[in-house]
Amino acid sequence: MIYVENQCAGLHYCYSSSKCPRPTPHALVIVSIRGPSPSLSGGGTLKKLKCLTIFGLWIFLLRLHLQIKDAHLWESLKSRKEQYRPKVQFNWRDALDLEGQLTEEEIMIRDSFRTYCQEKLMPRILMANRNEHFHREILNEMGELGVLGPTIQGYGCAGTSYVAYGLIAREVERVDSGYRSVMSVQSSLVMHPINAYGTEAQKQKYLPKLARGEILGCFGLTEPNHGSDPGGMDTKAKYNPSSRTYTISGAKTWITNSPYADICVVWAKCEDGRVRGFVLERGMEGLSTPKIEGKFSLRASATGMILMDEVEVPEENLLPHVSGLAGPFGCLNNARYGIAWGALGAAEFCFHAARQYTLDRIQFGVPLARNQLIQKKMADMLTEITIGLQSCLQLGRLIDQKKYTPEMISMLKRNSCGKALDMARQARDMLGGNGIADEYHIIRHVMNLEAVNTYEGTHDIHALILGRAITGLQSFTVGK
Amino acid sequence: MHRSSEVKHVASYLNTRGCECFGQPCESHCPVLTDRTIHVQLKTFIKIRVKPDRTGVVTDGVKHSMNPFCEIAVEEAIKLKEKKLVKEVVAVSCGPQQVQETIRTALAMGADRGIHVEVSGKDYETLGPLQVSKIFAALAKKEQADLIILGKQAIDDDCNQTGQMTAALLDWPQGTFASEMTLEADKLKVVREVDGGLETIKIKLPAVVTADLRLNTPRYATLPNIMKAKKKKIANVKPADLGVDVCSRLEVLKVDEPPQRQAGVKVETVDDLVGKLKEAGRV
Repeated sequence: MIYVENQCAGLHYCYSSSKCPRPTPHALVIVSIRGPSPSLSGGGTLKKLKCLTIFGLWIFLLRLHLQIKDAHLWESLKSRKEQYRPKVQFNWRDALDLEGQLTEEEIMIRDSFRTYCQEKLMPRILMANRNEHFHREILNEMGELGVLGPTIQGYGCAGTSYVAYGLIAREVERVDSGYRSVMSVQSSLVMHPINAYGTEAQKQKYLPKLARGEILGCFGLTEPNHGSDPGGMDTKAKYNPSSRTYTISGAKTWITNSPYADICVVWAKCEDGRVRGFVLERGMEGLSTPKIEGKFSLRASATGMILMDEVEVPEENLLPHVSGLAGPFGCLNNARYGIAWGALGAAEFCFHAARQYTLDRIQFGVPLARNQLIQKKMADMLTEITIGLQSCLQLGRLIDQKKYTPEMISMLKRNSCGKALDMARQARDMLGGNGIADEYHIIRHVMNLEAVNTYEGTHDIHALILGRAITGLQSFTVGK
Repeated sequence: MHRSSEVKHVASYLNTRGCECFGQPCESHCPVLTDRTIHVQLKTFIKIRVKPDRTGVVTDGVKHSMNPFCEIAVEEAIKLKEKKLVKEVVAVSCGPQQVQETIRTALAMGADRGIHVEVSGKDYETLGPLQVSKIFAALAKKEQADLIILGKQAIDDDCNQTGQMTAALLDWPQGTFASEMTLEADKLKVVREVDGGLETIKIKLPAVVTADLRLNTPRYATLPNIMKAKKKKIANVKPADLGVDVCSRLEVLKVDEPPQRQAGVKVETVDDLVGKLKEAGRV
């Protein structure tokens, strides 16, 4: 290292001269200045000016030298300022940096599962949706990955956070809402009630197999005459003390998975007027699960009825730790949270697909994306998705801290589903004629989101839940 | 759960001169230890851009992930462990802080522990197969490994050198482009994919093997394993600790984008085609 001293200003410059130990041109300049050292304090303005000019010349020569001889050092000196203030770029895929708010584990879970969804589920969905074929094997595949019942501790489940569950739901629904429905039912509507309200024996019997996807479950609450009003259900459960069984009769409809389910978690009204949950198994006398035909939504998932004609259910199959509507609602809230994340995954797919299409399609000599109407639609989509995901993340964190209420979940399920349906419709419109072809996938999301907006509490019902929370006045029923 | 083995190509997009490694090839180790080095490479669906100063490719803000051949190598090591033929699988990677994510992925797939060889900044930009293989050779001796499995090449620079160099530095036999690997007592039977077909060789342990595409189909990291991976240890090591000098002997002069594709020429007959080819000096 050569230290070069500027007598004028008393500054030091050092640079690495490993290749070139000989004095460099500007060093010679210094030597010539060093004669009579002008002092800044004593001398006049002219002397100061001379000093500064020579100083400036010297700086220039030093810069030139560095640029020529030691480019690396020059670059690092130049960019030192930039090193400390890296430029932040706007990322339309993740506008508010959701990525930075996730833990490393959550990112790994999401990435691993996203790869599975894109590689294994995406290739199947086109035909599965077109031909209304349910791929039962996806349960086994998901079970192997450990994504079924992920928030449950023990019993072969992963025991991860609710945020991770949300991220998983988002990735599946990015492919199809039907697949996500299957996963939600298995995790939140079958495994959760057994885990939360069941006996230890029931948990040991059912949970590990459900977690592996060996057995498929379904959740029976909705009836043909009682959808938004589950409290008025007609399914009755009568206790027989002699045989220690319950006799259950009734019909449930719009039950995801029921045609293929091995077990059904059915909610029935007991003689004391309280609603209780029962685990029915396939093969029980009087139990049948016909498929609902002619469905134009969630075609990749099998939906059916649960018909119970005096089914004898042993009392060990009662879920003892809950009675009343709190039971089913607890499960539904769990599922609704997953749906809040999931709907945004579907919306994201539609947004990205519409963006790519409008960038590729040329009309009147320019890409469609050049047009203002198209850009406005995309701006709206970007905003809603980004804001929606932030709210879902906050909700997930609150649930993990056990600081949540059902109204929070209602608010976000309603918001995500309503906005996603709207975004999917807009995206379909942006694709024009091609938008109605299932090869472009968006129309499938449009169809699916109609159901997603409706099930697990319709858009309007959640509005009433929030309205009651806001005003203290219920508006579900008249005359009260 | 196994993934479809689809190799995505990035290297075809660039014409890099000189060795510009963004990561290090893989390597795994058996009987007592299985080391594995994971190659960190750029996500393939991001558009690759050359830096304005033409010294390389823009890597800031681009998501890096494990090299596909390295995933195959990790999978093979874990399979050997599941068959109880090896005691421990160690995943190794050289690079800056972010390679820890990739090591964690290997741990989530089933490796027992990780080693992160810290190389950052300018050293990392010029890190190439020679330095990496020196690091591996030093680590192999230190950890007393018996088998090193790497991916055959990295998909961002396509060097295909680290495995061979490591074997040479250690003076160990090598089974490269392995499409099948069987451990028989103290010998390793490797079926190699060569230009003429398949070649079966038997090599003595300790040895170096590089994984080719058809060796296996890597598994997806399952949720329970990802959560267990949090507790597995990743040791931090510096190249200096291993006595390795990471100074590059190569200098990248220039990186350019491939030339713009020119429009083709339509010809009417086969004779025209042959004529045009002769003109261009191609025939």
